[in-house]
Amino acid sequence: MVTQKSSYLTEKAKDIRRETIKCIGNLGVGHIGGCLSVAEVLSVLYFDAMKIDPQNPKMPDRDRLIVSKGHAGPAVYAALALRGYFGVEELMTLNKNGTSLPSHCDMNKTTGIDMTTGSLGQGFSIATGMALGAKMDNLGITIYTIIGDGESQEGQIWEAAMFAGNRKLDNLVAFTDNNKIQLDGWTGEINSLHPLEDKWKAFGWHVQHVDGHNAHEISRAITCAKSAFGFPSMIILDTVKGRGAYFSDNNPDSHSMTVTEEMWRKAVAEL
Amino acid sequence: MLRDTYCDLLIEHAKENKNIVLLDADLSKAGGLKRFMAAFPDRFINVGVAEANMIGIAAGLSAMGWIPFTHTFTPFATRRVCDQVTLSVAYAGLNVKMAGSDPGIAAELNGGTHMSLEDVAIMRNIPGMVIFEPVDSAQLKSVFPQILNYDGGCYIRLFRKNAVKVYEDGTEFTLGKGHVIKSGKDVTIIATGIMVSESVKAADELEKLGVSAELINIHTIKPLDTDLILNSAKKTGAVVAAENHSVVNGLGSAVAEFLSENFPVPVKRIGVRDRFGEVGKTDYLKTIMNMRAEDIVQAAQSVIKR
Repeated sequence: MVTQKSSYLTEKAKDIRRETIKCIGNLGVGHIGGCLSVAEVLSVLYFDAMKIDPQNPKMPDRDRLIVSKGHAGPAVYAALALRGYFGVEELMTLNKNGTSLPSHCDMNKTTGIDMTTGSLGQGFSIATGMALGAKMDNLGITIYTIIGDGESQEGQIWEAAMFAGNRKLDNLVAFTDNNKIQLDGWTGEINSLHPLEDKWKAFGWHVQHVDGHNAHEISRAITCAKSAFGFPSMIILDTVKGRGAYFSDNNPDSHSMTVTEEMWRKAVAEL
Repeated sequence: MLRDTYCDLLIEHAKENKNIVLLDADLSKAGGLKRFMAAFPDRFINVGVAEANMIGIAAGLSAMGWIPFTHTFTPFATRRVCDQVTLSVAYAGLNVKMAGSDPGIAAELNGGTHMSLEDVAIMRNIPGMVIFEPVDSAQLKSVFPQILNYDGGCYIRLFRKNAVKVYEDGTEFTLGKGHVIKSGKDVTIIATGIMVSESVKAADELEKLGVSAELINIHTIKPLDTDLILNSAKKTGAVVAAENHSVVNGLGSAVAEFLSENFPVPVKRIGVRDRFGEVGKTDYLKTIMNMRAEDIVQAAQSVIKR
């Protein structure tokens, strides 16, 4: 059973990756690196962990996902389309004039997006507020959020981390996409987050560290996080920026890059 | 004190409206909001000294159906969290009411660091933001329920102390609509906040000098009551705007922008003239900043002549 579910989620991650490469490739430029590093976690969340209904995207007691690293929008849109929130063909409108799929996540434009993000640090803080609001309402839902490692240089992340730890928001499950590369290069060289696990522990969080490209490990970590009563949970995903496309994989210039038709076709064929 | 009226209103409405929550960033004693905490401990959230996170949490609470009211001092309610208010609240279309206390020179002994002379300017530039600056408790009481019922971001520019009473209790006001305090035909004085009482004195003085001044209180700086301003400008042909804020991009700028595009008449702005604040009592600061009734009188005389 476990193997079956894992291979299904791995397959979905590959689909998310493929559609993301295609829609960014179709446009010719985009945030390919930080999109491809979160394919597995998006697969696990949208195709297994989250209580959601694509036919009823505003269902009040649904789980929420706040993608605080809002530039991963294209990968989230790919997951939403594959999950049935809208047609896969709509992905080709990414960032085109009048689109409902903008570069960064926008809940007022895209069906299925739970929060508008883009200015780093803010989505995580909002997720904390949503977790508090859900708790005050006894909604019994889980608020998921994904932040970047580069994003974790923002002060607002740590303001919210302190608050969530002190408030024991155990309905909040956060992921750090620890892909080690930010826009300008290697995170460790620019402003290192090390030791990241210790930082979150010090802020009162339940911390796990898993292979961010292993759907089974991510699923297991979510189950464990949801049983960590009295603690908000941080799951640090050990990931590779631009994972899965030959031109972006672990490339320090992959935060936002040009993707030609030849490049995307070759990358999709290699998946 | 106006802050007590504000707290009373929050408590009164929170009894009926179970969605009201109050957030503060370690200034609830200064803001006079401790009584709310005592009345509704589960709906009072002190985030500590972390204003950016306060706005984020408020946005998240709003997304879950709560109606958050935040409070901190005006500089921290605006310039410190300009990006959070712009994106997490306004761009996201969420319903957060943000009170900033002791606007402009009213920060008095907290001095230049705490003297926000650009808070209206910041909030004015944010699409959809409502900016309300009450004159006194009567006005705050009348408009508060309308702010509560408005679905969207609102900045309440809240003077904490004993506001000079301009209006009788029970006077009705409408959010977004100015109020004519006194009709006149020679010059229009448009004032907000603590500058209304100065303008009342100025209008009386002008009357003695044989000048008939029309005095309008604009309590909602955005959206601006342009109909009222246009009709008055057509009648008098000369306008003075008075505010406790920088003359750059505040009420005076809003009035001048509107009139220059629609009905150009001479306009003079009374306010802080592009400088920082400093420690001092309000009367002293009004004097050195040329924001007294006599400055308004002089400005009125000069626009009439032009």
